[in-house]
Amino acid sequence: MSRFKDEVLQEALELVKLYPEARSATIPLCHLAQSVDGYLAPDAIEHIAELTSTTPAEVHGTASFYDMIQLHPVGRYVVGVCTNIACMLQGGYELLEAVEETMGASVGETSEDSLFTVEEVECIALCDRAPCLHVNYRYFGPLDEEGVKRLKSDLIEGRLEDEVPSHGVISRIKRSAPELIPLEEIDELRLVEDEQRSSRMAQKGGGDA
Amino acid sequence: MPEAAESIVLSRRGVEGSHTLDVYLETGGYEGLRKALAMNPEEIVAQVVESNILGRGGAGFEAGRKWSMLKKSTRRYLVINGDESEPATFKDHFLVENDPHQLVEGTIIAAYAIGASRAFIFIRGEFALGLERVQSAVNDAYKIGALGRNIFGSSFSLDLIVHPGAGAYICGEETALLESLEGKRGFPRIKPPYFPAVIGLYGEPTIVNNVETVSNLPWIVSRGGAAFKALGSGRSTGTRIFALSGAVKRPGLYELEMVKTTFRELIFSDDLGGGLYEGRSLKAVIPGGVSAPWITPDQLDLPLGQDEVAKAGSMLGSGSIIVMDDSTCMVRAAWRISRFFMRESCGQCTPCREGSNWIEKVMARIEAGAGREEDLELLMDLCDNIVPGVSWPPAQTTICVLGPSIPSSVAVGIRMFRDEFLTHIKEGGCPFE
Ligand SMILES: Cc1cc2nc3c(=O)[nH]c(=O)nc-3n(C[C@H](O)[C@H](O)[C@H](O)COP(=O)(O)O)c2cc1C
Ligand code: SF4
Ligand code: FES
Repeated sequence: MSRFKDEVLQEALELVKLYPEARSATIPLCHLAQSVDGYLAPDAIEHIAELTSTTPAEVHGTASFYDMIQLHPVGRYVVGVCTNIACMLQGGYELLEAVEETMGASVGETSEDSLFTVEEVECIALCDRAPCLHVNYRYFGPLDEEGVKRLKSDLIEGRLEDEVPSHGVISRIKRSAPELIPLEEIDELRLVEDEQRSSRMAQKGGGDA
Repeated sequence: MPEAAESIVLSRRGVEGSHTLDVYLETGGYEGLRKALAMNPEEIVAQVVESNILGRGGAGFEAGRKWSMLKKSTRRYLVINGDESEPATFKDHFLVENDPHQLVEGTIIAAYAIGASRAFIFIRGEFALGLERVQSAVNDAYKIGALGRNIFGSSFSLDLIVHPGAGAYICGEETALLESLEGKRGFPRIKPPYFPAVIGLYGEPTIVNNVETVSNLPWIVSRGGAAFKALGSGRSTGTRIFALSGAVKRPGLYELEMVKTTFRELIFSDDLGGGLYEGRSLKAVIPGGVSAPWITPDQLDLPLGQDEVAKAGSMLGSGSIIVMDDSTCMVRAAWRISRFFMRESCGQCTPCREGSNWIEKVMARIEAGAGREEDLELLMDLCDNIVPGVSWPPAQTTICVLGPSIPSSVAVGIRMFRDEFLTHIKEGGCPFE
């Protein structure tokens, strides 16, 4: 699938500009690609390499390191159930079973209707609401089997449309700020300030003596 | 019970709309920054040194001392660590969602104090709502002149970038975080020479500070370092957010004056943890994240202070406290922790990569009832291969300290609950199932 187009391409170019070195935009661009396609498609990898002046192999190497970047298509909802220690103590594995059963997919798989991909994840920092899970990185907990069933029907019947957007955690994030200040300008300003301050201090020190 | 301590970083908890600019401004927001800009950067550093605030990211290094170690190159960066992935740690998650302006204000103050060329807030990718809220706070800050050229009419200018992570525990380690921010895999760098304060982001000197650490700065600048230091005791000054989880009635975040509360009070006081579930008794507590050795019921009167817990042979680390009661299978608990390390090892160092895999396999087989008695020796040997002598604090045999963190829960589990391990082996299954 896709290279960045139109507004999304504009957004991609804006992201690249935020960093002193273009390669830093690699991960934000992967998120951006996922918000369009749901996963990081081969064409997107190539386009990201072009935008960041790297190679597709480098983009792939980076992307494959990170759990959130999907290299294969996933369901409309990625459901990540935490089974780490605080959740395990409160029934995290039982929750995982309930999710597999209810969503119709085992860990690492996607349900036949392509709606749900189930993952077992490490602590998502919602431990006081254990056992818990995320759906496309929107958090729910504590949940029991009934809760999982309700969550599924809420998702399918569109009651969580606002709360759970489609893929891409940065899909709702828009930076709105003036053009970046060139780093050289900031550095220059600081040098001047530092110099003025130390000469003021020297004068003051001289006056006191 | 000591008096409830003054609330510093959680002062807006429960206030409706605490994440919005309006509420922030109504509750004293950006006054710290205004005051800071009327001071010299050196004076701010001096206040922070005086406060003696210890970094809240886990290592507990004095923030003021770290700033003083920054190599004064023309180009230098500030990076805020909001990667929070330590199991059972959930304070930064709360702060980025509920008080993003406090974080932004603290970041701008830190940037001014160290003379940053640009600042970045690295937020764990999973925190979708937190990312949105911090970006909105940054946008608002530009609107009111707290970011950009000539901040609040001063000669100080700064740009602040919100950067999303993508899911990797190791990126919380500061040098891995910088690699990740440069668009690479999160491979920790070797120290020396790669101390961020000397060679950091893009090879330039960089200060990495935790979200909670900088969220304290507006208060410290407003009230003065001495006021902060007046709270707490010894090296542990001010307040700290403790994240309580596991088998307690009232899990959650508790901001407490350092050292003035004990583990017992935190877990059992009605206005704090509220005690265990009916009929349960305490088995062990994991303080400071899963790298920390467990503490036992007879150690509950330890105060929540950095040096106090270190002296008792563990660590306060990230301030997370996991409670395990008598219904908990300790083999399963230690296994789950080893599985976490296995999944999160970046793979660069042999002892960490191989050790975590083997330990997880052997632990899984004992928990499943297929273990042998020799497995306990085998596990201790594997631990010894990662940390010679299985000592605490662990010897560093690897690039970062994730590797040396692996043995503590397994070794402590075997030492403290050997009988439980043996029961699994002899009965061929988990007695708790
Ligand atoms: C494996 C590992 C994971 C870490 N995870 C985090 C983290 O999630 N957040 C954090 O602030 N510090 C984390 N740290 C500590 C950082 O390396 C660093 O010390 C800290 O961000 C410095 O900020 P502070 O001085 O304000 O605490 C981690 C360290 C290690 C070794
Ligand atoms: S100790 Fe483990 S996590 Fe740290 S650098 Fe080595 S392999 Fe990576
Ligand atoms: S252990 Fe599950 S959210 Fe922290």
